[in-house]
Amino acid sequence: MSDAALNLHRSAGRPARPFRRPTEEAAPARIVLIAVAVGGLMLLVGAPLVIVFVEALARGWAAAVASLQSRDAMAAIRLTLLITAIAVPMNAVFGIAAAWFITKFDFRGKAFLITLIDLPFSVSPVVAGLCIVLLFGANSAMGAWLVANGFPIVFAVPGIVLATVFVTFPFVARELIPVMIEQGRSEEEAALTLGASGWRVFLTVTLPNIRWALLYGTLLCTARAMGEFGAVAVVSGKIRGQTATMPITIEMFYNEYLSVAAFSMAALLTGFALFTLMLKTVLELRHADQLAATRRH
Amino acid sequence: MHIQIDEIAKEFGATTALHPVSLSIPSGALVALLGPSGSGKTTLLRLLGGLEFPSSGRVLFNGQDATGLTVQDRRAGFVFQSYALFRHMTVFENIAYGLRARPRATRPTKAEIERRVLKLLDLIQLPHIGARYPSQLSGGQRQRVALARALAIEPRMLLLDEPFGALDAKVRKELRQGLRDIHDETGLTTVFVTHDQDEAMELADLVVVMSMGRIEQIGKPADIRAKPATEFVRTFITA
Repeated sequence: MSDAALNLHRSAGRPARPFRRPTEEAAPARIVLIAVAVGGLMLLVGAPLVIVFVEALARGWAAAVASLQSRDAMAAIRLTLLITAIAVPMNAVFGIAAAWFITKFDFRGKAFLITLIDLPFSVSPVVAGLCIVLLFGANSAMGAWLVANGFPIVFAVPGIVLATVFVTFPFVARELIPVMIEQGRSEEEAALTLGASGWRVFLTVTLPNIRWALLYGTLLCTARAMGEFGAVAVVSGKIRGQTATMPITIEMFYNEYLSVAAFSMAALLTGFALFTLMLKTVLELRHADQLAATRRH
Repeated sequence: MHIQIDEIAKEFGATTALHPVSLSIPSGALVALLGPSGSGKTTLLRLLGGLEFPSSGRVLFNGQDATGLTVQDRRAGFVFQSYALFRHMTVFENIAYGLRARPRATRPTKAEIERRVLKLLDLIQLPHIGARYPSQLSGGQRQRVALARALAIEPRMLLLDEPFGALDAKVRKELRQGLRDIHDETGLTTVFVTHDQDEAMELADLVVVMSMGRIEQIGKPADIRAKPATEFVRTFITA
């Protein structure tokens, strides 16, 4: 076809509309979608977040800080940090082990195991807590023996750790499994043929390849572990100053109309969660180039 | 190194990947395992490299039984199908990996490792890419880096799984010659897997045609062309 014919064809068409990519929506639809998304986010996430801090500071900064320095509040903060510090490393190790097992080996019942890992997501935390009470409580044979030997699990720190580990178990494993499936086994095999021992392969090849997924999983796990309420409420017995974690203390304060104390602690807990999210974002920004380099070739 | 494969078979659960096969690979030979997918050629290669263990049969290296030798102790330079370069390491670190993984007693010094890596980068004619990451390389460059990484451990043999499979036709031709040159220079016994009969015939001293987990014919390219042993070989090499 000649140029003249092409030009003719073009000028005969309707006036040119501004170019729009086929995957893009028209302006009105776009505005509505964005408004719905932003509005929903503000209403469901933004507003409660603001309210927590507003209520905490209702009687000023000093009152909020003072309420956090009470004996019970300090005990709750210490307990939550302790539980998190135990539960998160445990779940990181469990998660790596489970993901490793599932992705690097072929065996019967694999699908069942993956479902089992997801179980804590589908079972109500309260039910999980009850199971722990039934299994380890003073009424069971094992529980009675443990109590008699000075190692009570229910209504004590070990029970809270167990409940928290159970509820947050899937986070690390679920982050790792897709990444490890996608990466396959060939890099590990290559390292083995180069003479590296199994442990060295894990440290120098497997771990660096999954580090971002591991970090995400661990941060999510941390945030969830600090905030766990249902299962812990059942197993802890809510003993003030001893087994009351931060979420449980918040509920206690709130029920006692100590709203500044309740919201101050809620604000602190929110702060911890925001901190983990910020940490994740900062790490992402800082290692953006590495992140790009370690994606698929 | 002379490789003797003695009645080796491999089953994965209920499926037989390899019926008992025997094969003698003379020291310093360049051998092609040629066959369609599912013919058992990659399984045979992995058995040689120690990445799989046979269900029955033996492997002998220079007359010594190597069947139970671990993958680390085999010292086989292995080039994987998609190269399996360590994506979080630079090219330099990739090539140095095998040397750094050695036990302290036999590990070269830092300066020696650097010297050897630079020498290998020269050998693959990519002297300036040491600081790059695998994702920043072309397919042909990756293949050559994988080759250098495998050579760095001073292997006793070189095993390559479809080394040219992921490359476009022009690069493939160039790298064929590259592999031939490196083989001639190092004198390593080399086994490579391919489904491309031109590649096998052009490059190898000895071609092993495989199908359905069995060896159909072993011979020099010219002999196989002149006298295909079975109907399968005849149709496969003229396809």
